[in-house]
Amino acid sequence: MPTTAIADKEIHVDAEGFMTEYDEWDEDLARILASNIGIDELTEAHWSVLNFLRADYAERGETPTLRRVSATGGVPTKELFVLFPKKPARKMAYVAGLPKPVGCI
Amino acid sequence: MQRILILGAGTAGTMAANHLRKELGSEYEITIVDQDETHYYQPGFLFIPFGTYQPSDVMKPTADFLRKGISHVNGEVASLEPAANRVLLTDGRTFGYDHLIIATGTHPTLGETPGLDSDEYGKTVHDFFSLESAVALQEALKEFKEGRLVVSLIEMPIKCPVAPLEFAFLADAHFTDLGIRDKVEIVYVTPMSSVFTKPVASEQLGDMFEQRGIHLEPDFYLERVDAEAKMLVSYDEREVPYDLLVTVPINMGASFVGAAGIGDELNHVRVDPGNFQSPDYPNIFALGDAASLPTSKAGSVAHFAMDTFVPNFVDYLLGLPMKHEFDGHANCYIETGHDKAMLIDFNYKTQPLPGKYPVPGIGPFSLLEESKVNHRGKLAFRWMYWNLLLPGRHLPVSSEMSMAGKDTDLA
Ligand SMILES: Cc1cc2nc3c(=O)[nH]c(=O)nc-3n(C[C@H](O)[C@H](O)[C@H](O)COP(=O)(O)OP(=O)(O)OC[C@H]3O[C@@H](n4cnc5c(N)ncnc54)[C@H](O)[C@@H]3O)c2cc1C
Repeated sequence: MPTTAIADKEIHVDAEGFMTEYDEWDEDLARILASNIGIDELTEAHWSVLNFLRADYAERGETPTLRRVSATGGVPTKELFVLFPKKPARKMAYVAGLPKPVGCI
Repeated sequence: MQRILILGAGTAGTMAANHLRKELGSEYEITIVDQDETHYYQPGFLFIPFGTYQPSDVMKPTADFLRKGISHVNGEVASLEPAANRVLLTDGRTFGYDHLIIATGTHPTLGETPGLDSDEYGKTVHDFFSLESAVALQEALKEFKEGRLVVSLIEMPIKCPVAPLEFAFLADAHFTDLGIRDKVEIVYVTPMSSVFTKPVASEQLGDMFEQRGIHLEPDFYLERVDAEAKMLVSYDEREVPYDLLVTVPINMGASFVGAAGIGDELNHVRVDPGNFQSPDYPNIFALGDAASLPTSKAGSVAHFAMDTFVPNFVDYLLGLPMKHEFDGHANCYIETGHDKAMLIDFNYKTQPLPGKYPVPGIGPFSLLEESKVNHRGKLAFRWMYWNLLLPGRHLPVSSEMSMAGKDTDLA
């Protein structure tokens, strides 16, 4: 796995830049990842989605789908498109430091 | 006497019942329950809209495929009480079990998408995932001579994820043969970022869309259908107008799965992907489309899975550890029009790659490449399905995926 340096830290990422080591993530890193994809400020609403993603991943070992974030995490899909425009499933996972969602096989 | 109860007599349930009846002695009672007395060859639904197959080509009585010694119950499962080892049918009958196999598949669910189930269903809005809807679409295609045909995949996972692509290819060939391709615009709408989920296959299929002038509308997550305005509307307010809409409605598992607390958000049963056992109740297994697995929902997967499931399940019954691990092997023909097809072969770990199948270097089938032989393979499969696969006879191909014969430089 390649590594990349973000804010003085070496982190492990895949070919598309998704982090591959759960424990290398922290909130400062999330802010930088967010700004990389054009999200300049992480609001409370963003954080609640990101926290759900991280907790759900820790419990189940896979990146949750959009449907799961709305059904179980309680954030309506419509809002996910506002918070993480155009490609919410990928963007949420990217900022939360989780592997790219497989969801669709 | 131990009671094995199988829910669903489709592809997976029928194969499992027949294999287990062969392997197990009379101290095991096998009962299979299905709401339908007809077995449908679902891959054939794709050909009905174009008139290649008629309904009689894809239906046979379920009972014809069940071995002697299997008791067959016609009824709809209403609920499952896993802690009590009991299943209730809608007509009030109850069945206790010692071991349960859930094989109730996954099914198009119109109600999940606002606006989809309107008066326009069967007129300007269609699907082809049931026999009835495929027949209605056959009528609609006969009338359709010009305008915008939109093929819309609403959400993954669906059974046979290549089916909507095949529909788009066959529609292109159909209108070309009628000499009206220039009057029909074909648009393919998908929530994914490209044509297919796996990179190498996706690139190849994307090129084929371009060659055929099929327009791709990616990253489109459908929120609702406005059947009156004939418009698809996405969550981020994009609009795609249509004259004729062919959707693949959201596919969901049986509702009793969700109610029993053993499923995911789409009522697919959570299982160990290596042996199909429920992590919640060790005497419950799920096979075929009913299971939540990181591979395609396809008849071929259910078929390949039998070779590991059957010996595992026998060991499980004897209280021994299950030794075999399913690799997620899937093998799908993709009809591409004008009597040609492609073939893709993949598993949990390896994406579809070019090469030859099943004999490395020889074939006769070409992986990730269009050929007439592949198309004949797809058509011949119907015979194999009824005569070899369902009765539980062995097919002359290996169930485990092989890397021999594949171009691994692309992986
Ligand atoms: C258009 C189309 C094209 C396809 N093409 C291909 C292809 O080319 N190759 C391929 O490999 N696969 C293909 N498939 C997929 C294939 O048909 C399925 O993956 C396969 O049938 C799955 O088998 P199953 O036993 O899990 O489910 P099914 O065969 O769907 O069986 C489920 C059974 O459960 C019963 N059932 C459901 N709920 C209840 C209930 N509550 N009570 C009682 N009974 C119930 C149903 O009546 C049904 O008989 C295609 C599917 C479609 C729709």
